[in-house]
Amino acid sequence: MSSQKKRDQLILHTALTAGRIMIENGSEVERVEDTMERIAHNAGAKTSQLFVMITGILMAINGEVGAQIEPVKRRTFDLEKISVVNDLSRQFAAHKITLQEFANRLDHLDKSTKYFPFWLQLLSAAMVSGPLEVVFRHNLPDFWITCVVGALGWLVFYLLNKFIQIRFLSEFAAAATIGVLAIWSVHLGLGNSVDDIIIGSVMPLVPGVPITNSVRDILAGNLVSGPARGVEALVSAAAIGFGIAMVLQFL
Amino acid sequence: MSLTEFLIEVAGNYVATIGFGILLNIPRRALNFAGWIGVLGYFVYKFIVIWGGGYVVGNMMGAVVIGVASLQAARIKKMPMILFNIPALVPLVPGGQAYQMIKYFALGENSTAFVFLIQVVMISGAIAFGFLLSELVNRVQQRVWRHRR
Repeated sequence: MSSQKKRDQLILHTALTAGRIMIENGSEVERVEDTMERIAHNAGAKTSQLFVMITGILMAINGEVGAQIEPVKRRTFDLEKISVVNDLSRQFAAHKITLQEFANRLDHLDKSTKYFPFWLQLLSAAMVSGPLEVVFRHNLPDFWITCVVGALGWLVFYLLNKFIQIRFLSEFAAAATIGVLAIWSVHLGLGNSVDDIIIGSVMPLVPGVPITNSVRDILAGNLVSGPARGVEALVSAAAIGFGIAMVLQFL
Repeated sequence: MSLTEFLIEVAGNYVATIGFGILLNIPRRALNFAGWIGVLGYFVYKFIVIWGGGYVVGNMMGAVVIGVASLQAARIKKMPMILFNIPALVPLVPGGQAYQMIKYFALGENSTAFVFLIQVVMISGAIAFGFLLSELVNRVQQRVWRHRR
């Protein structure tokens, strides 16, 4: 009885940790439910009951008394972790790793963050801004200055996000910085069109993950999490818009 | 559209999609596929606009193609679908119109701003609806797939 209970505890811990990691890093709710159900099923639980929301997860197995709660406190975008949880779940289903190993690896994954190196992120922010400015506006001469402004704007976003950890404020400040730099560079004669430089440079700040997940969650019938993500996307977009609008007022 | 412009747009979309993928920290193995899906989605949009289909239908079909292609990529690579469709969506984002809207609101020219506001709403709605349709295609396809086996 006791060992059965320990096993159940481990199943709950593994499934809940996997679910929390996925939501924290920007997965849609349906995938989380699916993965957690699979983990419980593959670990030998007869039934599992789940309630997954964007701010917390509830789970019980085998219809026993004692469901467990896992709050989700922070939200970042790190799609690699979702992919790793997915891989681990597949390996567990194929009996390549045991439940205990699975749990240990999840705990390890939760602690470690393996981002791309900082210079590469900065470079890719430049590589989002410049090319998209050319694609949208066909303004080749402003390519380089858009790359630079976009990278600097993203740098402001990155640093503020690291130290004050309020995503919307960082986006606002980054957008305002982009506006100022764009106007300034045109004054100095480095660029031709303020509009084109700003349009390209704000592209790295676009809230792509909440937009996509919001649509997918609503379609899957998660009428709480979907609109919540939608609000997240909307507030991000509004923060960027206000940042730009504030600078344009002083044009 | 001349050949040079075409090549510049292919390169621009590919690089931009991969760049956005790096910012979201998607695994290295998925970057190349995501980049090409981004190019594909943008060109479906572009060609529909060139052939007179209008930007709403263009964005919708672009989103459909991105959704369907992402599921195929997810199957081939055995990775979650969102690794492919989130970066690939970026070239379709109505950034230009959204900026014009903000600009004209800030300058106090509300009637011009509303024109752009409507465009932004229409395009966002079209992309969302396109994702809905692609989900439908994917589910039908999954049914057929399972049925056959």
